[in-house]
Amino acid sequence: MSAPGVVGVFGHLDSAVDAVETLKARGYANYRVYSPVPRPELAEALAKKESPVRLFTLFGALTGTAFGFFYAIATSLDWPLLTGGKPIVSWPPFIVIGFETTILIGSLVTVAGMFLLAGLPKLGRAPGYDPRFSDDKFGVVAFGGPAQLAEAREIFGHCGAEEVKDV
Amino acid sequence: MATLATPLPAAAPEPTYAETNRDVIATLRPPGRKYFVGMAFVLAGLAFGAFSWGWQLRYGLGVTAYQPPIFWGTYITCFVFWVGIAHSGTLISAILLLFRSGWRTAVYRTAEAMTVFAVMTAGLFPVLHLGRAWYAYWVFPYPNFRGVWSNFRSPLVWDVFAISTYLTVSSTFLLMGLIPDVAAVRDQAAGWRKKLYGLVSFGWKGSDREWRHFGKMYLYLAGFATPLVLSVHSVVSWDFAMAIVPGWHATIFAPYFVAGAIFSGCGMVITILVPLRKAFKLERYIQIRHFDSLAKVCLLTASIVAYSYAIEFFMAWYSGNPFERSSFYNRAFGQYWWATWIMLTCNAFIPQLLWFQKIRTSIKALFVISIFINIGMWFERFVIIVTGLSHEYEPWQWSYYVPRWPELGITLGSFCWFSMWFLLFIKFFPSIAISEVKEALPAPVRAAGAGAGAGAHR
Repeated sequence: MSAPGVVGVFGHLDSAVDAVETLKARGYANYRVYSPVPRPELAEALAKKESPVRLFTLFGALTGTAFGFFYAIATSLDWPLLTGGKPIVSWPPFIVIGFETTILIGSLVTVAGMFLLAGLPKLGRAPGYDPRFSDDKFGVVAFGGPAQLAEAREIFGHCGAEEVKDV
Repeated sequence: MATLATPLPAAAPEPTYAETNRDVIATLRPPGRKYFVGMAFVLAGLAFGAFSWGWQLRYGLGVTAYQPPIFWGTYITCFVFWVGIAHSGTLISAILLLFRSGWRTAVYRTAEAMTVFAVMTAGLFPVLHLGRAWYAYWVFPYPNFRGVWSNFRSPLVWDVFAISTYLTVSSTFLLMGLIPDVAAVRDQAAGWRKKLYGLVSFGWKGSDREWRHFGKMYLYLAGFATPLVLSVHSVVSWDFAMAIVPGWHATIFAPYFVAGAIFSGCGMVITILVPLRKAFKLERYIQIRHFDSLAKVCLLTASIVAYSYAIEFFMAWYSGNPFERSSFYNRAFGQYWWATWIMLTCNAFIPQLLWFQKIRTSIKALFVISIFINIGMWFERFVIIVTGLSHEYEPWQWSYYVPRWPELGITLGSFCWFSMWFLLFIKFFPSIAISEVKEALPAPVRAAGAGAGAGAHR
C-alpha cells in the first residue's frame, strides 16, 4: 500500500460517516476507516458484505466433530477393552468427546479465520494510521491519484475533519 | 416490587471516549507499596503451598487424611470449587453478550481473567491428587509404546477433554477481547513497552476491515463458549453422578452443578471487583448498577441451588431407597452436620438477603455476602464428596475424614496462586474492556440534535 493518500481525522462519528458516504457517492473505491470502536453507523455506511468468518466456524466445527468421534472410535477399536459390559464402540459417552472437540477446533479455526481475513498480525506501519484512532478519533483515509486526493481533501474539510494530512 | 422492574440509572455524567482511555490505562501505572505488600503475602502463601506439596511428594499421599473408603477429599473439593469459580466469567462474557446485556461491559474483563486463572488453578488439583504427579500425562490419549488408549467411557477422561478445552477456549476468548485494548495501551506507551504491546496486539489498527471480521469472530466464539460452559460443569458433575455412590448417583447433578458454579463464580467476581474498584478508583465505570445486576444473578442461581438441595433430600426420601435415605440423613444430622449446615446457611439462607435492593446496592453488604458465598460453595463440594464417600452401603466401610495440614496448606497455596496471577494481570493488561465500554457510551456527534441516533443504538 504505497499509494499516496489523504487522511482526515474526525472528532465526531457523524462527520466520519458523512465523509465515507460522500467518498462513496463520488465513486471512490480505495479508502479505509479507522475507529476506536466498531460502530453500526460506520458499518452501514461502508455496506460491506457479511464477514466470511462463519465459513471457517462451520468448517472448524464439523472437523472437530468428525475428529472427536473418529479418535474415540479408532482408539477403542485399536485395543478393544471391555469395561462395564458396554459395547466397544459406545456412542453415548463418545458424544461428550465429539462435543468438546467440536468446540475446541471450531473456535480455534474461527480465530485463525479472523486473523487471515483481517490481515493480522500486521506488525508494519499502516498508511494514515494515527494513535488517536485507538483513543477517541475516527480516521478516514482515501487513496488515489493527485486529482482524487485533492477532491478527498476538500470532502474531508467540508465534512468537518479536525485535521487533514497527506500520507 | 416496582424497584425490581426499573433498572438503576447510569451514573451521570457518562465518561467520554478519551476519559475512558485515560482512566483505564492509568490502572497500569507502576504499583505502589500496598500492591507489593499484598504480593508478598500472596507469594508467602504460595511458598507454603509449594512446601506442603513438596512434603507430600517426599512422603507420599499418606500425609493426607486419605483412608478407605475416602480417597477423594480436599483436593477434589478444591478442583470442583475452582472449576465452578471459572464459570461466571464465561457466563458474563459470552452468555450475556449473546443476550445483549449492556451491563456486562464494565465487569466482563475481570470475570474473564478470573475464569482463566481459576481453570489454571483447578487444573493443578488432579495432578496434586495423583500423588505421583510425574505420571499426570497418562490422562491424555497419546500414541504410546504399549498401545493402550484412554477409556473413553470413563467420566474422568471426559473431564480431561472438557477442562483442557475450557482452558484453551477461555484463554483464547480473553486474548481476543484484549487485542483492541492492548492496541489502545500501545498507542499511549513509549519505548520497549510500545514494542511489546504492539506485538501482543498483533498490530491491531482498528480499521474497518479488522472490526468487520473481529466482530463476527467474537460473536461465534461467544456462541461456542456458551454451550461449552454448560458442558464443562455438567461433565464435572458426571465425575460423581456416573458412580453408584449414594448421594452422587442423581440425574439432577448436571443442572445443579452448573447453577452452583455460576453462583459461586458471581460471588467471586463481587469479591474481586470491590477491592479492585476501590484501589483503581473505577467508580465511574464499575457502577452500583453493575453490582446490583451481579447480585441478581447470585440471587437467581442461589435459588436454583437451594431448590436443588431440597430436591436432593426429597428424592432420597421419595425413592424409598434405604441407602439414599441413610446417606442424606447422615448428611444433615450425622457426623458432618456442621459442614452441611455451613453449606445451607451460606448458599440457601444468606443470599435471600439479596431480595432487598438496599442490600444489593450496598457495596459493603455485597462484599460480606460474597465471602459467605465463597465459603458456602467450597463446603458444598466438600459435603457432596466427603459425606457421600464416608457413608456408602456397608456400615463397616463408614469413616470420618478431616483434612490434614498438607491438604490445607495446598488449599491456601491455591488461593495464593490464583491471586498472584490476578495481581500480575491487573498491572499488565487493562482490567476493564476499553473498547467495549466505549462502545456502550454514546458516540461523539456534532450537534446534540443532529446525530441523536448514533448514541441511542445500545
